[in-house]
This record gives sequence, C-alpha cells and structure tokens, in this order.
Amino acid sequence: MKMLINVPETVVADALRGMAAAHPELTVDVDNRVIVRRDAPVAGKVALVSGGGSGHEPLHGGFVGPGMLSAACPGEVFTSPVPDQMLRAAAAVDSGAGVLFIVKNYTGDVLNFDMAAELAEDEGIQIAKVLVNDDVAVTDSLYTAGRRGTGATLFVEKIAGAAAEEGQPLERVEAVARQINESSRSFGVALSAVTTPAKGSPTFDLPPGELELGIGIHGEPGRERRAMMTSREIADFAVHAVLEDLQPRNPVLVLVNGMGATPLLELYGFNAEVQRVLGERGVAVARTLVGNYVTSLDMAGASVTLCQVDEEVLRLWDAPVRTPGLRWGV
Amino acid sequence: MLDADFFRRWMTATAASVDREAERLTALDSPIGDADHGSNLQRGFTAVTAVLQKENPDTPGAVLVLAGRQLISTVGGASGPLYGTLLRRTGKALGDDAEVGEEQLAEALRAGVDAVMALGGAAPGDKTMIDALVPAVEALGDSFTAARTAAEQGALATTPMQARKGRASYLGERSIGHQDPGATSAALLVAGLAEAAGE
Repeated sequence: MKMLINVPETVVADALRGMAAAHPELTVDVDNRVIVRRDAPVAGKVALVSGGGSGHEPLHGGFVGPGMLSAACPGEVFTSPVPDQMLRAAAAVDSGAGVLFIVKNYTGDVLNFDMAAELAEDEGIQIAKVLVNDDVAVTDSLYTAGRRGTGATLFVEKIAGAAAEEGQPLERVEAVARQINESSRSFGVALSAVTTPAKGSPTFDLPPGELELGIGIHGEPGRERRAMMTSREIADFAVHAVLEDLQPRNPVLVLVNGMGATPLLELYGFNAEVQRVLGERGVAVARTLVGNYVTSLDMAGASVTLCQVDEEVLRLWDAPVRTPGLRWGV
Repeated sequence: MLDADFFRRWMTATAASVDREAERLTALDSPIGDADHGSNLQRGFTAVTAVLQKENPDTPGAVLVLAGRQLISTVGGASGPLYGTLLRRTGKALGDDAEVGEEQLAEALRAGVDAVMALGGAAPGDKTMIDALVPAVEALGDSFTAARTAAEQGALATTPMQARKGRASYLGERSIGHQDPGATSAALLVAGLAEAAGE
C-alpha cells in the first residue's frame, strides 16, 4: 500500500505542521496536539471543544474558527485523544463563560472526555458535554456501546457554534447541541476497506464486487454486506434507513458526505438520488451540503445525514462560519 | 513481601511483552476493532518505562499510580483510561506501604478491576479485558503462575463470545470467532506479574 507519509509514528504531527503552515489564522500546537482559533479566548463567549481520532479530516481541526469550534484535539489515527489534550484545549479557550465538549459516542472518546471534564472542573472551568450518536446502522441497547457518532457531528458543531458566537450562555448552547443531535440521523456505506498508516494494509476484507451497508467512520462494519449496488439503489437503502428512524415533519438539512476516496463526481450523482428519494417520501429539503467532511482515511463510500430543522436552527446554520473545512457568509 | 522494585519489574516486563506482541495485538484488533491496539499500548508502556526511570517512585502504590497516570496521558482510545484506571486504582488501594504482601496485592488488584468494570460498564462475558482480569484476580490467591494461566485461558475463552462493549460490539454476531485483543493484552499484563516474581 503506497501512502504519502514518512513513517506511521509521525503522521499526525506531520499533518499538524502542514496545517499550521496553511492556516495562520489558527494556533496549532504540534507538540501537545491542540488546534485553537487564534483569537481565543473570546471574552464572554462559550467555547466549543471537540476532538477524536485523526483520519476523519476535516473533522475536527478543520472546523476550528469563528462560528464553529474554539479548539480541537486530534488523537492518533482512529484513536481518541487523551485527557491532557482536552484539558489544555479547554484552558486555552475558556473565557469564563464555560466550555462545551462535543463528544462522538465511541468508548474511548467518552472515557477520555469524561476524565478531562473532571480535571477541567478541578481547575475551575465550567464544562458541559453533549454526546453525538446519530448512526442508525447500530442497534442502541443496554448490550451495545450504543449508536456511533458520525455525520451529525458537523451539524452539532456548526449550529451550536453559531449559538455560541451570538453570545448565548452555556446551558443554552448545550441545549441547542443536544437538540441538533436528537434531530439528526445518519447511515453510511463503504465501497472499499480502509488502510491505517500503522497497519499498512486494509483493516478489513471487502471484495471488489461487494459493499458494506451501515459502515462506521473507522471502517467498522455495519448491518450487512451485499453485492455492489447502483447509486440509485444505495440512496434508496440509506435514506429509507434514516427515515425509518427520524420521520421528520419539518424540512431537513442534508449532508451527503464522502468517506475520503469517493470523488465529488460520484457524490453529486449520489446526492441527486438522495434528493429524489426525499422528494418521493415528501421530505422538504432546506439546505444541502455535499463533500468530504467526516472522512475515514482512504475508504471509498458515502454517508447520508438528515437533520430536522426549524426557522431558528436554519438561521444558526446560515450564520457566517470561517474555518478551513467549512466557510460561508464571510 | 513485594517492594517497589518488584512493581517496577512488573511494569518493565509488561512493556517488553507488549513490545514483542504489538503486531499480534494489532492483528487481533483488525477484524473486530480498528487495528491499533498493539501500537497504542506500545506507545503507552514505552512511556511508562521512561517515566518510572525518571521519577523513581519508592513505594509499590506510587509505582502503579504513576504508571496508570502515564497510560491515561499517552495511550488514548478506550485502552488508555481503562488500563490507566486499573493501575491507578490498584496503586491507590496499596496505599503508602513500602512493601506489600501477596494477599494485599490480590485485594488491591480486585479493587482495580472493579474500577475498570465501573468505568467501562463491562461485565464478564462481554468479550473485553475483564474476561482475562476477573479469573486472574480469582487465581492470584493461589500463585502468580495460576493467575497467568487463568488470564490466558480467559483471553482464549473470548473467541466464541459476541462482543457487547467497545468497537467490536458494532459487529454483533460477526464478532464471534475472534479472540478479543483487550483480553489478550490483559493476559500479557498478568504474565508480567508472574515474570516479575521470577515464575
């Protein structure tokens, strides 16, 4: 497997050095692995901190900036960051108005953010947490780790970020984040397996003629494996899976997200099919975003996330954002 | 009686076996996890060896608390908090004594394992590190060798289980037939204990 890297051990640090060079509007602490918006802490503003394993770029570091995250902590590839990083990030961005941790529902992320929250509170930083768990491919029961956090993370970070930017207080920003998570559902498919730098070969075996329905963002398999389907068939399956769970009465935000190795030509084509199914099901679309936002290294495939919105949420979605990975209105 | 030096040897022996077995742990993690268990633990235990040399803690409890804190700070994922909590809580339960008895260690380790179960929410049979640790603690009353054997058998026994915690749980029935990487590394930790005792 050929990769544009030096050695697996320095992949994350190398990427952060490159990110620092490309984005002088961010403060990138390569040694401690924390990405902070340069003007932080912003007086009177609630800070948003997220993080997770690397390999999902632009999530999360690419969403740091005015209107979205205050700071992000990238872990090793597909491995959650450690509490020290989160504590450092919280301390760097807290203006006294408190910090919201946005945590994807994976055991490692949850445990490390929990530990970081304890440490931060010991230092007098007020912490609130929201758990993102939007993936309908996973059974949510007492006997599983629960639903994974995937594409909805972008909606939560953007919309809660806009609420924070307006100066809303911590409990309000937390409530908005929770509401967005509860209003969002996702479903993903993989057309190829993912190769991590540490392993150097595909982490699971997906034959050329098959696809995996219900994939997670680390290539964890989901519901079932089938013979390759057309874009039209995949859209039918994915959107129905989401709508079975969400059943929106209001218009939705649509995220058609690439997993990293699927070109925009295919993603736009897939979006056309997604919009068709939504139309057939009578679901009104308020806004659509198509691109690679919550990726899985070199995995081919896509996910669909829908978020049911009201006027207020739509206003927050449309609010200006200025980050490396998402930028409009400025 | 077991002194700080014994606990340092325990950590060093575990670091060496994690180093040796890193590729196997990662290979076990590949079909049911995300193929990084070996490299993550390797990074953590390398840091543990380094910090123990640098700070030279002088009681058994202090050795384990420091090692646990170092794992939390360097491993990430679920393994960092879980292994870190195991060692920290075991160390705390040992208190400030300069030397501890084997029975005292068994009790402290039981407290550590309980803390891991509380943190991760896993119980025996969920296909996690708990499936190696619980039988090991039970057998520790007999001997270090018995604990090592019990942990190894516990790890092997995870193969036919269906995962209910951690990333492997997303696979549902498809997690059956794979040995759990966390139980496997937990068996290495217990084997390190036997090695430190010269068994």
